[in-house]
Amino acid sequence: MSKKQIKTTVNGVEHEILVDSTWTLLETLRDQLKLTGTKEGCSNGNCGACTVMVDGKSSCSCLVLAPEVNGREVTTVEGLADHGHLTPVQDAFVDNSGLQCGFCTPGFMIATTALLNDNPHPTENEIRLKLAGNLCRCTGYDKIVRSVQDAADRLSKA
Amino acid sequence: MPNFDYEAPTSLSSALELLARPGENRPLAGGTDVIDQLKSNRRNADLVVDLKRIPELLNIDSDDSGLTVGSAVSCTEVHNFTAEIGGFAALTESSELVGSVHIQNRASVGGNICNAAPSADTIPSLLIHEAVAHTASASGGREIPLIDFFAGPGQTVLEKGEILKELVLPAPSANTASAYLRFIPRNEMDIAVAGVGSLIEVDPSTNVVTKARIALASVAPTPVRAYVAEEFLEGTKIDADAIEKTADLAVGSAVPITDVRGSAEYRKELIRVLTKRTLTICLERLA
Repeated sequence: MSKKQIKTTVNGVEHEILVDSTWTLLETLRDQLKLTGTKEGCSNGNCGACTVMVDGKSSCSCLVLAPEVNGREVTTVEGLADHGHLTPVQDAFVDNSGLQCGFCTPGFMIATTALLNDNPHPTENEIRLKLAGNLCRCTGYDKIVRSVQDAADRLSKA
Repeated sequence: MPNFDYEAPTSLSSALELLARPGENRPLAGGTDVIDQLKSNRRNADLVVDLKRIPELLNIDSDDSGLTVGSAVSCTEVHNFTAEIGGFAALTESSELVGSVHIQNRASVGGNICNAAPSADTIPSLLIHEAVAHTASASGGREIPLIDFFAGPGQTVLEKGEILKELVLPAPSANTASAYLRFIPRNEMDIAVAGVGSLIEVDPSTNVVTKARIALASVAPTPVRAYVAEEFLEGTKIDADAIEKTADLAVGSAVPITDVRGSAEYRKELIRVLTKRTLTICLERLA
């Protein structure tokens, strides 16, 4: 088993850490950096519970090896709110009840933030298509879609 | 997960040197197939060589002669780039069908090829656009027409120490259109039960097809071309009747299995329907 020294910026904080070659980014975030907001669901890229941004692009952290993020910037759900002030995306999910058990929510926060960065005014079809990589077993998705639409409205007025 | 070492070389030559070493050395691009296969012990590795720090493998470029796609370029980048330049509609469409957005941001089109799944969505599009796989190894490289790249499910003709370097697609003529469609039981995030890519070049003064390329996914151990259908369509004046006949002939190139995703009979019927639809879309795009 070999270790790699990597330097990575997670939520704006630079970390110089020793990671095992075989660890996933998900394992490093949760077990090493104790950022447990990112969840493990299927661990094979289907459910999106582990979605984080790597250099601004949404990615399944279960399918990224930890040493791959050497020199990259990672954003997890913990990195969205600014000193306890929720982002418009987070506020919209709260106000529209876009969650029930909450397990999928960190992934939806990142996926929605990335979606609205790329496309500030998505149609309902685009929202459903672009968030298809995030599974929710509670809400039936309608409230999530409404939350995303509301988040888009809030961001465009901001 | 097997115990493997990880290296991220910054030059092609050092990557090739690492891959030529003894042992099971596995190239990594997006990793969306490889990492899952390693985790579930479906593939082994002593060394994983990350290709994403090698500039020429991350390059996507086009000029009058055609399109060059480095093997580590992500599906998202291929989609955005080809949507911008136009001319490769089937590839633009299929690169947006590989898993979710989060997968497309990481997965490379080159990896989709090297993973060699018969159901891979980008492969029929590349086949109809006559992609040539340029490989690299410590002893040189090869230029392999993509149709000759596949040896079976999950198997390519790449040898130890040899990697896919880039895909080169010739520029299509102005009177050319292409389209890719797959069938899945839901709207997104699924593996093709069957897929068809079609490309036609049509003489606008006569409506005679001067080039036809039809490629099929998920209906054979490797992606296949529907040669008999292509030969029939070339030299034929294109209309609804010609499209019907071509679609019937394409079914003959499908040798599917029955599995959890669909029966052999169902897949053959899908090939007929999807061939008809993709050719109809091509015709609409030419109008």
